[in-house]
Amino acid sequence: MVENGIGASLKRKEDNRFLTGKGNYTDDINRRGQTHVYIVRSPHAHATINSVNTAAAAAAPGVVAVYGGQDLIDDAVGGLVCGASVTGKGGEVNKAPPRNVLTIDKARFVGDPIIAVIAETLAQAKDAAELVEIDYTELPSTVSTANSDADGAPQLHEECPNNVALDWELGDKAAVDAAFAAAHKTAKVELINNRMVTNAMEPRAAVGEYNSGTGDLTLYVTSQNPHVHRLVMSAFMNIMPEHKFRVVAPDVGGGFGSKIFTYNEEAICAWAAKKLDRPVKWTSDRSEGFMSDAHGRDHVSTAEMAMDADGKFLGMRVDSKSNMGAYLQLFSVSIPTLFHGFLLAGQYTTPAIYLEMRCVMTNTAPVDAARGAGRPEATYLLERLVDVSAREMGLDPAEIRRRNFIKADQMPYQTPVVQCYDSGDYDASLDKALGMADYDGFSARQAEAKGRGKLRGIGLSSYIEACGVAPSAAVGSLGVGVGLWESAQVRFNPTGGVTVFTGTHSHGQGHETAFAQLVTERLGVPVENVEVVHGDTDKGQFGMGTYGSRSLPVGGVAIANACDKIIAKGKKIAAHTLEASEDDIEFGDGNFTVAGTDKVMNIAEVAFTAYVPHNYPEGVEPGLDEIAFFDPLNFSFPAGAHVCEVEIDPDTGTLEIVNYTAIDDFGVLVNPMIVEGQVHGGLAHGIGQALLEGCVYDEDSGQLISGSFMDYCMPRADNLPSFNVDYSPTIPLHNPLGVKGCGEAGAIAAPPAVINAIVNALDIKHLDMPATPEKLWRAAQAAG
Amino acid sequence: MYDFNFHSASSVDDAASKLAAAKDGTVMAGGQTLIPVLKQRLASPSDVVSLAGAGLSGITNNGDSVTIGATTTHAAVAASGDVPAALRSVAEGIGDAQVRNRGTIGGSIANNDPAADYPAALLGLGATVTTNQRDIAADDFFIGLFETALNDGEIVKSVTFPNATKAAYAKFPNPASRYAMVGVFVAQAADGVRVAVTGATDCAHRGPRLEAALSANWSASALDGITIPPENLNSDIHGSAEYRANLVIVMAKRAVEAAG
Ligand SMILES: Cc1cc2nc3c(=O)[nH]c(=O)nc-3n(C[C@H](O)[C@H](O)[C@H](O)COP(=O)(O)OP(=O)(O)OC[C@H]3O[C@@H](n4cnc5c(N)ncnc54)[C@H](O)[C@@H]3O)c2cc1C
Repeated sequence: MVENGIGASLKRKEDNRFLTGKGNYTDDINRRGQTHVYIVRSPHAHATINSVNTAAAAAAPGVVAVYGGQDLIDDAVGGLVCGASVTGKGGEVNKAPPRNVLTIDKARFVGDPIIAVIAETLAQAKDAAELVEIDYTELPSTVSTANSDADGAPQLHEECPNNVALDWELGDKAAVDAAFAAAHKTAKVELINNRMVTNAMEPRAAVGEYNSGTGDLTLYVTSQNPHVHRLVMSAFMNIMPEHKFRVVAPDVGGGFGSKIFTYNEEAICAWAAKKLDRPVKWTSDRSEGFMSDAHGRDHVSTAEMAMDADGKFLGMRVDSKSNMGAYLQLFSVSIPTLFHGFLLAGQYTTPAIYLEMRCVMTNTAPVDAARGAGRPEATYLLERLVDVSAREMGLDPAEIRRRNFIKADQMPYQTPVVQCYDSGDYDASLDKALGMADYDGFSARQAEAKGRGKLRGIGLSSYIEACGVAPSAAVGSLGVGVGLWESAQVRFNPTGGVTVFTGTHSHGQGHETAFAQLVTERLGVPVENVEVVHGDTDKGQFGMGTYGSRSLPVGGVAIANACDKIIAKGKKIAAHTLEASEDDIEFGDGNFTVAGTDKVMNIAEVAFTAYVPHNYPEGVEPGLDEIAFFDPLNFSFPAGAHVCEVEIDPDTGTLEIVNYTAIDDFGVLVNPMIVEGQVHGGLAHGIGQALLEGCVYDEDSGQLISGSFMDYCMPRADNLPSFNVDYSPTIPLHNPLGVKGCGEAGAIAAPPAVINAIVNALDIKHLDMPATPEKLWRAAQAAG
Repeated sequence: MYDFNFHSASSVDDAASKLAAAKDGTVMAGGQTLIPVLKQRLASPSDVVSLAGAGLSGITNNGDSVTIGATTTHAAVAASGDVPAALRSVAEGIGDAQVRNRGTIGGSIANNDPAADYPAALLGLGATVTTNQRDIAADDFFIGLFETALNDGEIVKSVTFPNATKAAYAKFPNPASRYAMVGVFVAQAADGVRVAVTGATDCAHRGPRLEAALSANWSASALDGITIPPENLNSDIHGSAEYRANLVIVMAKRAVEAAG
């Protein structure tokens, strides 16, 4: 057994620097001669920009430059791009209305960037920004997900009649209609998936720096995928060719999806740094973050289930709208369609599913992928519908799930909505979760709580999600604009240390530890001799970055494959040195051994030999440094069963989560401690959505009401219970490491578990998120 | 933040004269409210006069009352053995540890946020505010939304709380800001039963109907059947006026129960 390999709960290597204030975040980076940019944003949700006068600002103390959208266009800088082209009804591909880096004629949401003021200090830039005069004609605005496609609604883009960017459908409508016609009973629920602001602890930031001597441009940026940032800025925005452009994502303090995308301010820092030949820095303040970071979720849906007399699901129908905000960001319409629709079968054998999804433009910040991206919306909708179905049938929620589960022996299982699940045992997860949560003892606990004047409820969530989006050809054919493989380079140094370059990016996930453990397991090198490098386009080979819980399932396999190439080459070198045939060389625990002998050569000695090849096999290149690219054959399918138990005070609507049990199937756990941390964080996110978080725009004015932490309620430690976390693993067919991905599961599973517990406590059919004290109080009063 | 002149006052008189000399000056205590306002460029005072060195911090037990200096932090009040339990619990429930270690009683009442906790305690215990110019009864001090009886340039020196026979504070925190969505302070105070409500309207105020009911019968059940008309109550994304009206009664009952 290798020490500190797969399965060891090693403390995170990166935490020393994070906990001692030695992290290096983008805002920590300051370059000589640096200037600061401040962005003048629209105070209106929707307005025509009649004229802009920047003369006074340009003349203000310390001002270096004042730029508007036309300045970038004049320099042939392209606009921000939508990377999705999803084909909707009638073969029509989604609209992609153009977006200038700085909007010129029209402002379309509160916070829409209009003018960039660059000055010697940030204070001077802010002072000058107040002198920018913009003459607006305010226009009526629309922020509503449900109503923005109505006739007569204010129109955002000429390209999108009725504000519809995409009208999409999935599944067999006729089969679903037939299922409903034949149904013994049907169930129906109308629900809202509340809009969220991801609120990473570290706000977005960028520093651009140009070297006029070499013509090289560097952008330090809060990115989850620096190579993708470079690609987009080179290929689509024409800021700098890739080979002259370095993008560095140093330590990044959380992303949750919102740091995937290329943003206006980042493009300005990169472009202006070259234009001015001076470094340009921008750091978002929290208010700007609320206004301009990509938001998440925001669906309104009606979901219906047709059942036979036993409560078996015959067909499911979903009519849904999703809010895209004012512009289509990088993934945009692919999230409510592909990433949402493909998960609607959940863990069930429902034979026919039909989804209609309308993606609408509104006068709000752009909406895009956020932790779970589409899967939380699908899971919430489905797991709520399943509970409503159980209620209609008079069945226990656990029982209706069991009756409809895809059974372990049916794997691999082709769903009617594209995905083919490769592994899973949903009965096993549910049984384990119900046991740990003492489901059978619930009614006694409920009665005891009633004696204390509390309403107690229990709720289940049997979720499945899809990670490691793949294979590239398949996602490409569906309309995702990139390949979703991953790369790794494993480099032995002559003295035996290993440097691993990964194309994924860690912004809190602990890759530097987990990936090192993977290499230790594979190569037998002590974990402290393995350094994981990421986040710099000049250091590592091209990579796709981190989102969709893809880093280990895709990036981890690339690392393992590069290790295997190292071993293969090492065998040649060891065979030569040990004077044996290559076929007789075995590798294990870091040693190359001639089978059946005590002749052995450690991998560090092999590395040294590779770099000092005095006595070396013919035809073998010196050096020990291998690259691998891995394109998976299928998504991975983490799944599980969560049980939430709540108590509600009917006098105030205050809710306490008294018990939360999470049983997850993530396949193999590389570092169980890190996985548990990811589960905890995901649950906090999901519970936050269910109970606390809600991004609210004023329906009339389009102003962002929840624009600060005074009004946007993040989950805090005292909102959360001590979680009971355990696992029920099955081994995936398609993942060579047996891993599935764990970063989003909690955020996907928790919302329906919490709401199902609440409706159980209140004995009602449905209640929309966030379940605020007032909503719970009203429901409790109505329930008497 | 806009530029301003910063001064450190060595005494209340020093602070007053520095304020008087300034074009548009303001005092600063803990800065927990003032500094965020400055950072967001929502205020542009010409001068900021810090009271940190003005000698206004400290807690004095007078036997039948306790006097708390204006720059005494919430944390100091929460930890003081000289402060009655009900008042300690008010201080303990303000903000987070950082805020409690900087924020002061003087700053809190001078600011008079409609959702602040201390105003309810001052009204509920019938406290007296002592300034560099006069004594002001709590009942006359809190006037409206962020508005107090303080004149321009008037500085709070201390607050004196008479002892109460029984007292307690029940707070329903706003889930996001953790200020009071509704907070109710009840007391059998030196001059009779007092009930003070914060968070529900634009300014903390006394509740005469609740006081009458509790004067007749000091028990939670005495408040059964009383309903608060929602007309003038605050309403926002966290809670409607009707909900706050309900919370006033529930929190009042809980405060009475806690007071014993
Ligand atoms: C995150 C956060 C959470 C909070 N939560 C709560 C809460 O739950 N409950 C609550 O009640 N409060 C809360 N507060 C407010 C906190 O109590 C502040 O400390 C208080 O409002 C102001 O006190 P300060 O000493 O910081 O005053 P400063 O910010 O220094 O001053 C505030 C105002 O009072 C004036 N002032 C200060 N001292 C005097 C004086 N002696 N005489 C005359 N005028 C004076 C200043 O000129 C200024 O206008 C919170 C604050 C923050 C930042």
